[in-house]
Amino acid sequence: MTDRLPGFSTLAVHAGAQPDPTTGARATPIYQTTSFVFNDADHAASLFGLQAFGNIYTRIGNPTQAVLEERVAALEGGTAALAVASGHAAQVVVLQQLMMPGDEFIAARKLYGGSINQFSHAFKSFGWNVVWADPDDAGSFERAVTPRTKAIFIESIANPAGSITDIEAIAAVARKAGVPLIVDNTLATPYLIRPIDHGADIVVHSLTKFLGGHGNSLGGVIVDAGTFDWSKDSKYPMLCEPRPEYHGIRIQETFGNFAFAIACRVLGLRDLGPAISPFNAFMILTGIETLPLRMAKHCENAKAVAEYLAGHPAVAAVNYSGLASNPYNNLARKYAPKGAGAVFTFSLKGGYEAGVNLVSNLKLFSHLANVGDTRSLVIHPASTTHSQLDDAAKIKSGAAPDVVRLSIGIEDKEDLIADLEQALGA
Amino acid sequence: MNHDNYDDDYIRGILNGVKSIAMVGASPVNVRPSYFAFKYLAQRGYDMIPVNPGHVGKNLLGRPFVASLGDVGRPVDMIDIFRNSSHIMPVVEEALQLDPLPKVIWMQLGARDDAAAAKAEAAGLKVVMNRCPKIEYGRLSSEISWMGVNSRTLSSKRAPMPTQGMRLSLDRTSVGGGETAASDRAAKNKNDLA
Ligand SMILES: Cc1ncc(COP(=O)(O)O)c(C=O)c1O
Repeated sequence: MTDRLPGFSTLAVHAGAQPDPTTGARATPIYQTTSFVFNDADHAASLFGLQAFGNIYTRIGNPTQAVLEERVAALEGGTAALAVASGHAAQVVVLQQLMMPGDEFIAARKLYGGSINQFSHAFKSFGWNVVWADPDDAGSFERAVTPRTKAIFIESIANPAGSITDIEAIAAVARKAGVPLIVDNTLATPYLIRPIDHGADIVVHSLTKFLGGHGNSLGGVIVDAGTFDWSKDSKYPMLCEPRPEYHGIRIQETFGNFAFAIACRVLGLRDLGPAISPFNAFMILTGIETLPLRMAKHCENAKAVAEYLAGHPAVAAVNYSGLASNPYNNLARKYAPKGAGAVFTFSLKGGYEAGVNLVSNLKLFSHLANVGDTRSLVIHPASTTHSQLDDAAKIKSGAAPDVVRLSIGIEDKEDLIADLEQALGA
Repeated sequence: MNHDNYDDDYIRGILNGVKSIAMVGASPVNVRPSYFAFKYLAQRGYDMIPVNPGHVGKNLLGRPFVASLGDVGRPVDMIDIFRNSSHIMPVVEEALQLDPLPKVIWMQLGARDDAAAAKAEAAGLKVVMNRCPKIEYGRLSSEISWMGVNSRTLSSKRAPMPTQGMRLSLDRTSVGGGETAASDRAAKNKNDLA
């Protein structure tokens, strides 16, 4: 049998899954158990010592979770993945492998507001110092590099404004600095953008959004591209030095090009504890099976809604990179030719007041703090997700006071436009 | 043979075909990668022979160490070399003195010597470089998927019942779509720098 390349949709349905060995169940079972029996004492010791592959305890891994991990790794073109309880948990676990107290990482200024908070405040108490740079200017990342820089973090499509990041330009900076590039690919999903193809070393997701896709389960995932040499310069002791927690094993030497994913599991997840529940892993896995169909529809609807809004007299500006007039349109054509995603912002001529009014007049759009649901969603970032930022930082992150964010669902686009029409006229 | 990128069928053919494996540089220290790989392959039913002149007189999981390939004293199908790239050539030269010749020279993850590979291939041997047989076996049988690793294989058949020491089926359909081309690229960049 020759090595034939299956398409993305085939992988979305099949990768990682196989009929259950005992029952023949075709759908992946929910292995709702905390722990797994050992065959004998030697088997137990081998598993604990990382000498054998297998299940021990659901805080470290679970068979339902493993199917989800392999599926996302396959869709992203990575060597391995680790699923965790949320997108935020994925970010903590990744940086814990890279950062020691006093170290720095450079992050794009345009990020999900929760990530800006996590990096500025929670991580500060660990002694991990974030340095902000402008994702529209790769040079600002280069200028921020110091001997203590350990990683660069960007979003492929940035939340909330839906701007597209020039991943290759920033990957070149990371390569030159000898640090890994971490890309949060939540808003694009691998259906629209595969960051590893553009030079990312680590991809993270909030599975809570488009990958799960139905607004019903929290989850996060870390994908190892297998591209980074962790042994260089002894810069990353979690990966290249003998680990006392495992009798002196060196993770990179033992696990080769999926060492980072293993470190995240056996040093990060095991000790920090944010495991994904098997039930959530199952829900998200089921969601991923229809990812290509949903993303195509999300993007088609988003483009139609953006075009409608751009022509509306009450609208001051629409920030959707799928529109030809948008400054990010060239980057969108390069990185996301199948569609520019379904999260974007627009501003109203009536300012803050008009934004608040619109949100309360909508009948089909749900006013809530999430994106990437089958349902269409709306929020006013300045008073919610980005409320902890001062006005200058709000504007820089794309959440100015007059801005409304939409996450376009997979309903009929005519109904979405009709709802906006009545709410804008009200 | 393209040593930057092996077809799964090539690796599968080797792992399905060989029965005895002499591991040069095997360590009795149970946190060394060679120990992990030795134990794993022994549990999958391969006839494993530890080769390391520093440990003659000792056993590795019940198998006595021998000092050199010449001391094995019986035919071996595959030589798995757990040494740095700079120590590969003498081992390959020694392997090519054996009668009968082994069928496969395998150089461990991180180890590569293109001249030694060419010599072995000229003598009719198959060569794998910069790979771990434990990882490849785990990947092709999809056992490694239990750790979230991309096996790059698909199957709609019922999975085998996992039992200790079983030989898992390696006959799954290989796919390129989850292909880790990026990591091959990285390995290549590393070689370019070296
Ligand atoms: C781009 C992005 N990254 C990360 C997160 C955090 O994910 P979670 O809520 O699953 O922790 C979010 C959530 O909104 C997000 O939009």
